[in-house]
Amino acid sequence: MQFDTIGWFAISVDVLGRFWPVWIAMAICLALSFGFRNKLGLYGDLFKIGVGVAGVVICLFWLFTAVFAPIIAPFDPLNQVAAMKDALPGTAVPDGSGIYYFGGDMLARDVFSRMVYGSRIVMLIAPFATAFSLIVGIGLGLPAGYYGGRVDSVLCFLANLVLAFPVILMLYLLVTPEIRQLSFDNWFSEATGIGVSIPRSLAALIFLFTTIFFLTLFSTRFKDRRDRYYLLIGLTILIGCWINAGLVFDADPLGIVHIDPNQLNIFVAVVLGSSPGLFRIVRGLTMDIKTRDYVAAAQTRGESVWYIMLWEVLPNARGPLIVDACLRVGYTTILLGTLGYFGLGVPPESPDWGTAIKDASRLLRAYIHPALPPALALLSFVLGLNLLADALREQSMKD
Amino acid sequence: MLSFVLRRFGVMTLTMLSLTVIVFYMVNLEPNLRKLALNQIEMRSSDEQIESWLAREGYRQNFFVRYGQWLGVVQKQPTLDPATGKAVPRFSYCGEPAEPFYGGILQGDFGCSTKFRTAVSAKLFSALVATGKLMFWVMATVVPISLLIGILAGMREGSRTDRTLSVISIATTATPEYVSGVIFTVIFASWLGWLNGSAASATAQGLTFYNFSLPVMTMAIYDIGYIARMTRASMVEVMTQQYIRTARLKGLSFSHVVIKHALRNALITPFTVIMLQVPWLLTGVVIVETMFRYQGFGFTLNEAAGNNDIDLLLGCSLVSVVVVLVTQLISDIGYAYLNPRIRVQ
Repeated sequence: MQFDTIGWFAISVDVLGRFWPVWIAMAICLALSFGFRNKLGLYGDLFKIGVGVAGVVICLFWLFTAVFAPIIAPFDPLNQVAAMKDALPGTAVPDGSGIYYFGGDMLARDVFSRMVYGSRIVMLIAPFATAFSLIVGIGLGLPAGYYGGRVDSVLCFLANLVLAFPVILMLYLLVTPEIRQLSFDNWFSEATGIGVSIPRSLAALIFLFTTIFFLTLFSTRFKDRRDRYYLLIGLTILIGCWINAGLVFDADPLGIVHIDPNQLNIFVAVVLGSSPGLFRIVRGLTMDIKTRDYVAAAQTRGESVWYIMLWEVLPNARGPLIVDACLRVGYTTILLGTLGYFGLGVPPESPDWGTAIKDASRLLRAYIHPALPPALALLSFVLGLNLLADALREQSMKD
Repeated sequence: MLSFVLRRFGVMTLTMLSLTVIVFYMVNLEPNLRKLALNQIEMRSSDEQIESWLAREGYRQNFFVRYGQWLGVVQKQPTLDPATGKAVPRFSYCGEPAEPFYGGILQGDFGCSTKFRTAVSAKLFSALVATGKLMFWVMATVVPISLLIGILAGMREGSRTDRTLSVISIATTATPEYVSGVIFTVIFASWLGWLNGSAASATAQGLTFYNFSLPVMTMAIYDIGYIARMTRASMVEVMTQQYIRTARLKGLSFSHVVIKHALRNALITPFTVIMLQVPWLLTGVVIVETMFRYQGFGFTLNEAAGNNDIDLLLGCSLVSVVVVLVTQLISDIGYAYLNPRIRVQ
């Protein structure tokens, strides 16, 4: 059978054209940021150096690709067109429905569409997992650094315990399908009828911790302003319960918040793995900052301990934390790729980049084209985040 | 110093105990035990067969009794042959006796691998030797290259060399092993045909440049950037110090100042970083050894986890935890030794 193919030049033009929503969104976003760069603080400073611009551009590109994935991708990522098995880049589908720009993979799916959809999985898990590990790291690191003594020793021992676990072993143990099986043979399930598993309990713990964190955050600040206090506390409890019900127990009454159990499992493993590192950074920063004069001033004013930690120490520790969060999103992306590469926790047909690289690397001797797009996508996204972190570090050191 | 080391050893022992309990708990979860049973007997066994097998092989004993057996403080029991009622060794392929005995970590017995049908220590030792070779070559590549890049970049901050080398090192830290492995294989094995895309022959026939360069390159590239950036930061800091300015004003040449005055002080940080990097290499080892089919520690860990091979997995975790803790200890002691301003209390 003869296939119509198009050349490399036509492929690049067409592919660039497919990204049109991304270009428009990026143009608007960059023009606005550049126009107001003097009013945007640290983010605006990024536009003053080349590395920063490159980082922002790459990160925005993948962000918008994830947002507009259904418009960009010409095919469904799971759709198989039997004739297109291992098709070369630029081969037209026989029924005339489109072109496989980057060719077909071993199961005759469109490599380009899979790459585009793969960005969604990364964008869904990596930033959120980093945000939650940041909250856990802050919530435990602040008291450890501020109180010192026995609190510090116990928390440090726990953090070192997790850090001594080689990441890969933790992933193997935590992200297996077996561990997700619900067990009903315990006091909690007998009382409530809800099955428990290790990822589920950990996820519930993480979300509960986050809710308590925000409750403390608002209650320390707005205790004297009753109108705001009740509003914020009420909202936090409502949203906390809603997200907990939707994500952990898969029982959202409105049916909006939902996550695949696989992804919840990955999310838990990533948060557990990266919060000890953040804990140590926050702890170190707190130990440094608590000796400053403004902390002493707050203590003299008689502010509560948690007010000082959350509203005096934390805002002054934000610089290094932002930089580290950027790097950590990149690291989480690499970790997600590792999970995909070992086939842990993701379904075999999942379009994420790690799984795509694993599938393609088995056939590397025969066909190389399915391997390169996901590999380069992952590489460029992590590179963008690292450039961003580097520029942020450089700009925040200037003052 | 001695009390510091002793205290650290105490904490290390506690950490190891806690971690092995956690791993032991995870591998003994009901679904994992079922997986093991299905691997060991036939795939299509009924629930009763699985249950009787688990009970006969001793997997239904109390959790702490079994952990104690693994540790070596409780006696391991032989299994009873259901037909004759006589005691037979649990793992005949490991040469276990047919009477109760103490055979745990404290006795130096790592147990028996159900996947490879041999003693864990035998399997683990050869795997560690193989991985040691890989690590040696990776370190022999990473350390000189990254130190050189870091020193060249940090020597004159903000210069064009600095910018170029910094972007290169950022790019390598953004390249995880499974990405660089694919790209290198495409370039060097598929297109150029210079190197072998598999290191399987390295286990049996010994290492050659042809079969071992790709794994080493793949692992090295991810670490080079990170260590180079740490070296650069440390070098930049040293170069702004007063004593460097003094040496320059004395009229010493730039190269003399860099080599004699700056280097020694600038290398303290990279030393710590390199030591702390070893645990990170562990993840890389698993990826690279699986990718290039090299039968080392990572390959064994992968197999053990995939088959829920309890004793082998525990042995692997013990080894990796010891590696992590010992490198932390060495980096702390070495840091204090290299930097006279720091004293351990």
